[in-house]
Amino acid sequence: MSVPCAVAWVWGCALGVVAGGVAWTLRDGVHQPGAALAFGTLIAFGGLARWHTGPGEREPAPLGAAGALAYALVPAGHGVPQVVAVAVTGALAGAVPHVARGRGPDPDYMARRVLTLAFVAVCAGPLHTVPDPGRIPLLLLLLVLTALCDAVLAALLLHARTGHPYTPLLHDELRALPGIGSAVRATGAVMALAVTVAGLWALPVVCVPLLLTQLAFRRYAAVRRTYRQTIASLARATEVAGYTPPGHAHRVAALSRAVGRELGLSGEELTVLEYAALMHDIGQLSLVDPVPEGATAPLPAAEQRRIALLGGAVARQTGVPAAVAVVVERQADPYREQPLAARIVRAVNAYDDLSGETAQGALRALEHLRLGTARDYHPAVVESLVRVVARGGVEGPVPG
Amino acid sequence: MAGIPGAAHAYIACAVLGAAACTLPALAAGSATPWGAVALLAGLYAFCESPARCRLTAGAAGRVTGRPADGRPGRAADGAPPVPAGCYFPVLLAAALLLPPAAAALAAVPGALLGPTGDRPPARPRRVWRAARLALAVWAAARTAALLGGPAAVGPSPDLPYALLPAAAAVLVFCAVLTLLDGGILATAERVPPRDAWRGLLGRSLAVHAAHGLVGLMTALLWRSPYGWPAALFALLPMYVTCWAHTQYHRERAAHQATIRALVQAVDLKDTYTRGHSERVGRASVMIGRELGMDEDRLEVLRFAGTLHDVGKIGVPTRVLRKDGPLTREERRIIELHPEYGHEMVRGIGFLGEARAAILHHHERLDGKGYPYGLQGAEIPELARVVAVADAFDAMTSTRSYSRARPVPTALAELARCAGTQFDPAMVDALTRALARHGWQTAVTSDEPLPPPAPAAPPAPGPAREGPPESGAAGDGVGSGPARGPSRRSGR
Repeated sequence: MSVPCAVAWVWGCALGVVAGGVAWTLRDGVHQPGAALAFGTLIAFGGLARWHTGPGEREPAPLGAAGALAYALVPAGHGVPQVVAVAVTGALAGAVPHVARGRGPDPDYMARRVLTLAFVAVCAGPLHTVPDPGRIPLLLLLLVLTALCDAVLAALLLHARTGHPYTPLLHDELRALPGIGSAVRATGAVMALAVTVAGLWALPVVCVPLLLTQLAFRRYAAVRRTYRQTIASLARATEVAGYTPPGHAHRVAALSRAVGRELGLSGEELTVLEYAALMHDIGQLSLVDPVPEGATAPLPAAEQRRIALLGGAVARQTGVPAAVAVVVERQADPYREQPLAARIVRAVNAYDDLSGETAQGALRALEHLRLGTARDYHPAVVESLVRVVARGGVEGPVPG
Repeated sequence: MAGIPGAAHAYIACAVLGAAACTLPALAAGSATPWGAVALLAGLYAFCESPARCRLTAGAAGRVTGRPADGRPGRAADGAPPVPAGCYFPVLLAAALLLPPAAAALAAVPGALLGPTGDRPPARPRRVWRAARLALAVWAAARTAALLGGPAAVGPSPDLPYALLPAAAAVLVFCAVLTLLDGGILATAERVPPRDAWRGLLGRSLAVHAAHGLVGLMTALLWRSPYGWPAALFALLPMYVTCWAHTQYHRERAAHQATIRALVQAVDLKDTYTRGHSERVGRASVMIGRELGMDEDRLEVLRFAGTLHDVGKIGVPTRVLRKDGPLTREERRIIELHPEYGHEMVRGIGFLGEARAAILHHHERLDGKGYPYGLQGAEIPELARVVAVADAFDAMTSTRSYSRARPVPTALAELARCAGTQFDPAMVDALTRALARHGWQTAVTSDEPLPPPAPAAPPAPGPAREGPPESGAAGDGVGSGPARGPSRRSGR
């Protein structure tokens, strides 16, 4: 698998920082080996505690990240190189069992962590020369800056990896800032302050609550996953019932997501779009006899709208957010009256209904959509769909 | 104020008097109460607990992940997410370590008075009670910490391993007092028998409170340090984030449960005549499972298996499902596909686990003459054998297009007759024993606006929980509720 240029640059920088840090430390020897050992152990333990990480977790090893941050912030005469060397050594030691089981840490994540850590360590030096009362606001400022750097870097890496537009990705990252990331940064700061005040005994005291935070976020992520699976299986109901062809709902959902990304939707809007796309045909369950082939696109407009309204009613019963039901309900309206998500669902659904298996079918379907841009399909959405399809459709396997 | 028994009134009054006695020394003329610290901590706790903040987070995060879409009346409709009680106790524990006992108790009062009460009336006695209870607990914790030299160990030159001792003692006392008081209010207001009221309250909360105690200790330590109270706020931030994640979890869980119900309702949409059947099968399956000594996690899976066992009927053409009169061979063959359809639908849902196999095999027979695979005896998954018995039992005891409902003893006799050939005798015995002990109730909740929060919810107050089946005729309208009797919709 080829590595995009920007990713290679980030990796290169991170590797350079690590090599420099380790070489410097080897040459100069370790200052205050006790503290270095304590923090290194903590970081390694944090890495070990990365058990059962599911997809979609923003911070797989919060304890390790907080420990590294704290070590960078402790005013104790060890320089930037030693901070990087200890953090990397700890993280590598903690990753050994995971690597042995074939689930090593994500290199992008590691590179990001090294670079932000070096940034904090460099900035923390001057911070310690400030007298006590003024130090807390400056510390806060430093943490905010770190978070922003991290967000920019993460969005950059994702952009380079996936080719999605940069701004919505950055928006996503910024929106996620108050989540577990802020708990990690606050814990890191508290750890540094507490170690300064009360010695190394403060480390375990500060760690335990963060483990609780990690647990809470993991539970949240797990229930989100489960919820998504349940929605997907509800979407499969129409397929099992023979109302729609197999895989239709998933294809429409994946394509809609790709088009939504392309058009600059982010986070929450993408989730609404995806759920609505999964459930868009659910109204057909209320029909006594199935629509031929399950394809609503060739039906008369009034019938399409009736099915859409039925679908909205079913969606409302399922406890999904109101926005999802609205999109389902209005998927058959003329595009000028639709919200963006409904425009996307409408165009993508028609594309999937009409395209069939062959490449010619796909071309014919796109042609049909272009001809319908006067009233039914939004021109920008259709053009975006064309671009996504030309790129080879949807990246990654279609779930289910 | 109606609906609160006199004993509870007296109990609350006693608690309020006690709390007043605890806090008064702080207000006395000569006391050296550090008012700045009290105000800051009280304000912090009140901010954390205030309903305005709840609405803020609900608005920010609730659009995607949350409330049922329509404005149905129910728990989710009042806007406040279900913040678990005690999420913000670290603030109070820090107060207990920092302040004199009377002042610490005072810090708990504003937050407790202002906080949301949920949608359960009556609000005012609830708030007063909460304030008194917290004030008493914080006072006791602060007193304990002071006895062990907590304030001195915390700062300005902290003595760390030792400071853990007063902190731990404070947490223990805090927990114990809360448990004691909660048990009392359960016994007086909700009329829970005293032995049940206290059981399980302490152990459940101790681990979480221990972590809260550590946060409180760290907050107090930084507060006394040269960095002062702004640094202490840093220590409280992770707690705040944790509570946020907690709230989101509960929100998403509620949405998820609604979706599971939607799966069941999707079947009802096609096959209106079996309404309530799924939920009753789930309930009967759990009764059998409990009798067999399954643990709670497995029972939860079993409940899903019973509730979703017919979900594959979505795949059967509506005309066949709704047909009156005898089915042709072809139509029977189509209906017999529904376990496979159901399995196909739910196979992607990870948490269902074993329930998926139960959905696939719930029409197998012990003698191997069932479908879809004709498995025999122990080849059939255990949960599938449970669901098969529960399914047959409910089919017999409810009115169908082809037969009238039979009384419970007749149905059990029929099951016993088929045990060994069609059903697993162990399951039939378990059902018989469970019914003898708990009775059978046919009212279902599937048409109520929202599900009960969890299967393990405390029993609803009121009679008719364990009545004979005929007494469960408390239906809530057309087409819902009891599957028997005159209120059953007959116009098909």
